[in-house]
This record gives sequence, structure tokens and C-alpha cells, in this order.
Amino acid sequence: MSGESNEIRFSQKAKDRLAWYLTRYPTRQAALLPALRLAQEEFGHLTHPVMDYVAGQLELPPVTVYEAATFYTMYHKKPVGEHCVYVCTNVTCFLKGADQLLEYLSGKLGIRPGQATADGKITLFSVECLGNCDKAPTVQIDDDYHDCVTTESADRLLEKLR
Amino acid sequence: MPELILTKDLDVPDYHRLAGYRSRGGYGALKKALDEMTPATVGAEVKKASLRGRGGAGFPAGTKWGFIPAQTEKPKYLCVNADEGEPGTFKDKVIMERAPHMLIEGIILSCWAVGIHHAYIYIRGEFVKARKILQAAVDECYAEGILGPKVMGKEFCLDVTVHAGAGAYICGEETGLIESLEGKPGKPRIKPPFPALVGLFGCSTVVNNVETLAFVPHIIERGADWFLKIGSERNPGTRLFGVSGCVVKPGVFELPMGTTLREIIYTHAGGLPEGRTLKGVIPGGVSAPILTPDEIDTKADFDSLAAKKSMAGSGGLIVIDDSVCMVRLLARIARFFAHESCGQCTPCREGTDWAFKVVSRIERGEGQPGDVDKLASIATSFAGITICVLADAAAGPILSFVQKYREEFDLHVTEKRCPLENKAPSRPGP
Repeated sequence: MSGESNEIRFSQKAKDRLAWYLTRYPTRQAALLPALRLAQEEFGHLTHPVMDYVAGQLELPPVTVYEAATFYTMYHKKPVGEHCVYVCTNVTCFLKGADQLLEYLSGKLGIRPGQATADGKITLFSVECLGNCDKAPTVQIDDDYHDCVTTESADRLLEKLR
Repeated sequence: MPELILTKDLDVPDYHRLAGYRSRGGYGALKKALDEMTPATVGAEVKKASLRGRGGAGFPAGTKWGFIPAQTEKPKYLCVNADEGEPGTFKDKVIMERAPHMLIEGIILSCWAVGIHHAYIYIRGEFVKARKILQAAVDECYAEGILGPKVMGKEFCLDVTVHAGAGAYICGEETGLIESLEGKPGKPRIKPPFPALVGLFGCSTVVNNVETLAFVPHIIERGADWFLKIGSERNPGTRLFGVSGCVVKPGVFELPMGTTLREIIYTHAGGLPEGRTLKGVIPGGVSAPILTPDEIDTKADFDSLAAKKSMAGSGGLIVIDDSVCMVRLLARIARFFAHESCGQCTPCREGTDWAFKVVSRIERGEGQPGDVDKLASIATSFAGITICVLADAAAGPILSFVQKYREEFDLHVTEKRCPLENKAPSRPGP
């Protein structure tokens, strides 16, 4: 583990960003959520060595970092594909056919929610309310929301990721 | 047409930018307050306006500010609750994306009134677009001297930090939010002490919702007496109602508090699609107990909905038509609460999961005699005995669905199947 963690280092840009975050809070721990987001952007997902590195940067016990990282759904503890596709299946999206949409995407990609395609391109997720209920069903791809998604528009969205 | 307050100028070009906001008088209320008023008179005006919290509980913002001790040795903080995660709610996003400066002006006025020098906007992690727009607006304010060491050139310093969550419904609960901001899992705290005395970083803290704060500049500019004339008794002002589900025109509608559910659904959201009839409406986000069609003449304000044993909550109406299986819908709601229970209180952690399992087996046609009563008794057993209200929020839908659609639950058990021929939601796709 120590051999691996030696190779884990924030880019200069991430270091500058973290330094800025640290100016915004009276405690170093308060910068943990932003720091974990940075780490995920830099390293793809949060391995134990990555979380240990974040702990070192914030002078926190590693367990404090594990505890936060495992509590929140947006931190990936396992490797994810190049793109993440999140299908909202909560109440309004459910009323608008989100279950069928998720099943369609699952079949088309040949994976279950939580899995990545064999080529490592796409990971599919079923998620709780995205707060975009007037445009249900909503699909989030990476950072972007897509409104009123149908099987046809989902096909087009996936095409762009290939 | 009823008077619009928050959404009047949303279509002004570049309203999300400082120039666009200023072109419609933006930051005029702040200037008026700083030039002509004192922090105490700003607080008094908001208190007089009876501005009730638009996040869910409806607690008067001015009264909340009044709980903050005037003199403290430690700093005081404002946490802006922009975690908008209550299913069926999508109105704070509209303010953050299209009128971020209105929120910031409300933040500055509130901080000035209470003597706060740092505000944190806790925005849910998924709202990346809103976060970028909000951050750009904050940056503009620093560049123009609206935020920073001298707000508008006055002896008042204020920092605003946009802080992203990372995916957890419970962080919308005010003490869960505070824990999360401190870099911990968002597990709610035992109250008392309330955040007003021991909040963020152990300091006195105000937690206000986005929409609530966005009203503050308008109240300061036009006065509490004007605000009190809008809306219903003890529920002044307008509200952003989000309507979704089985309606022709889902969206956000700004209407006076006290507008009836019927008017919101049929006049503003276009009613139900042809051939469909109303089966129920969840009036304030998924935590709010469901109302039946004969209850929709109720005014959508905090007190009227509480009198119907439901709640105005977040103002998100979810409309349900006759094609929807209520058992299946409740199973979906129960799954949500089981997933989002933070796990620290045993009754909630175990009870929400147990309820989900029981309603799921009823839905699959595997329910045993007595299961429907068991479901209600599980919900009754975990409500009201936990640190926060997530357990109560989980119990409300279970108890109201079982009570109001009992026959449908019983039929699933006796016939071992769904009595509705079309089990699937009515219209896959939009």
C-alpha cells in the first residue's frame, strides 16, 4: 500500500484548488468534501491509498476520511467507466416510466445498474431524486442533466459517448 | 394574474448576471438597508412580515434570527440550505440558476441583520450547473465590492462560500447539513441545543432555505405591510409551487400561499391528460401524507395542509392519476426512505427497511394475511422516537396510503396480484 500511495499526488491545479478551499473554513476537516471531489476528479475513484493521501493533505486520521467517503453516494469507491449515466428512478420519474427506461439502458449496454461496460466506457447507475421532476424522466450524464428522456433520445445520448 | 415576486423578471436577458439583475433594480434593497436602516430594523421588518421558511417546516425566518444571541464571543454563521433533495421538489434550482443575485442579496441582508460575517451555501452535489452559475455570481460580487471586506463600501465584511454536498438526502435536515459542512457524515444532531446556540463549528448558526432568503430583498424594498397583504392568513406571500407527475404542464408556478391545490393542478399545471382522472396528490414533497381527490379544495399553505394531517413541506406537488398502482408507488417511496436513512437511530434504520420489505412483498402478490396492518404498525412504531424527522417523514406516506387506499392493498393480498390491469405507469416517456 505504501508503494502505491507514493505515486498518488495532486496536480498543481488541484493543489492550488485545495489551498483555496482551506482558506474558506476555520477547520481543515471542513474542506474534506471538496477535497474528496478533487481527488475523484484527479484519480477517477477513491481507493484507500487515495483516501490516505487526502487524509495526509488535511492532517486527518484516515478513518475520518473513509467515514465520509463511504457515507455519500457521489464518491465512487470502485472504478467507474469513462462516463457515468445516472437514471433517476424516484417518484415522479417512476410515474413517467423511469423503470422501463433503466431496463432499456441496462439491456442496451448489457450491464446491471452499478456495473461498467466491458470496454470501460460507461457505468450505469439508478439514483434517487435529481430535483428535475418537471422534466421527468431525468438522466444525468457526468455533470449534465438531460430532460424528458425517451428510449430514442437515450439512444442518441449514448451514441455521443461512444 | 396574481402578483409575481421572485419570478417576475426571470426572463430579463442575463438576469443571472450582475448587470441584468441591476437593470431591474437589483441590490436596491441592500443599498436602502445600508443607507437608511439598521440591522435591527431589517430584522424587525422580516419578523413583522411573518416570512415562513419555504424549505419545509414553515418556521418564521425573523423569529429564527431572533434566537441568535446579539453578542457572542465566537463568530456567527449563516447556512443556506440549497440541498433541495426532497423528491418532487425543484424550485430552489430555478432561483439559483436564473436569479442567483436575488439569493445573494437576501443572504447579505440577513447576515447584516444578524451580525454574520460568513455564509455558506450548501448546494447538493448533483446541481453542477446551478453551482457554477452561483459561484460566478459570487465572484462578480467580490469583484464589484458587494461581498468582501467592505460590503458596498460600508464597514461590514461578509464572505460567501459555495459548498457542494456529495449525495445524501439527510443533509437537507439542518443539523445533518451542519455536520456535513464540517466534513463529516451528515448524521443529524440531537436537539437541543439548537443551531441558533450551537451550530456550525460550535457557533451560533442560522439555517435558511434558498427561497426564503430570496424573499428578503423584496420585503425590505417594499415593506412588511405589502408582503402581509399577499397570501392567506398567517401564511403571507407567494410560494414557488413545483408541480410534477401526471399533469399536462409540469413546472414551477409562483402563486399566493393559500391557493387551492385544485387551482394549482387544474388552472396552472394544465390538469390531467385527457381520459385520466385524479387519484391522489402528494402536496409538499414525498414526505407529505397523500390527499385524495375530495381533499383538493384545501388551501396549499402551512396551516391548512397541517389541518388535513398532511403538510405544505417543500411546495412540491406530485399528481397521481388513476392508472397508478398505489401499492407499487408506496413501495417506491418506502425504498427511498430505507436508502436515505442515515442509520444512526435503530428504529429508523431497521424500520424503514422492514417497511420496504413488507410493502414490496404485498406489491409482488406475496403478501400474507395481516401484512397490511403490519405495515401500518411498523410505521407507527418508528415514528416520533428518533433524533431527526426522517423516520416521521417515512411513516407519513405509509400511514396515509394504507388508510386512504386500503382496499387496493387488501386486494393485492387476497388476490395475489395487482387489481389494476395496467400495472405500469401510464405513460412511459414524457
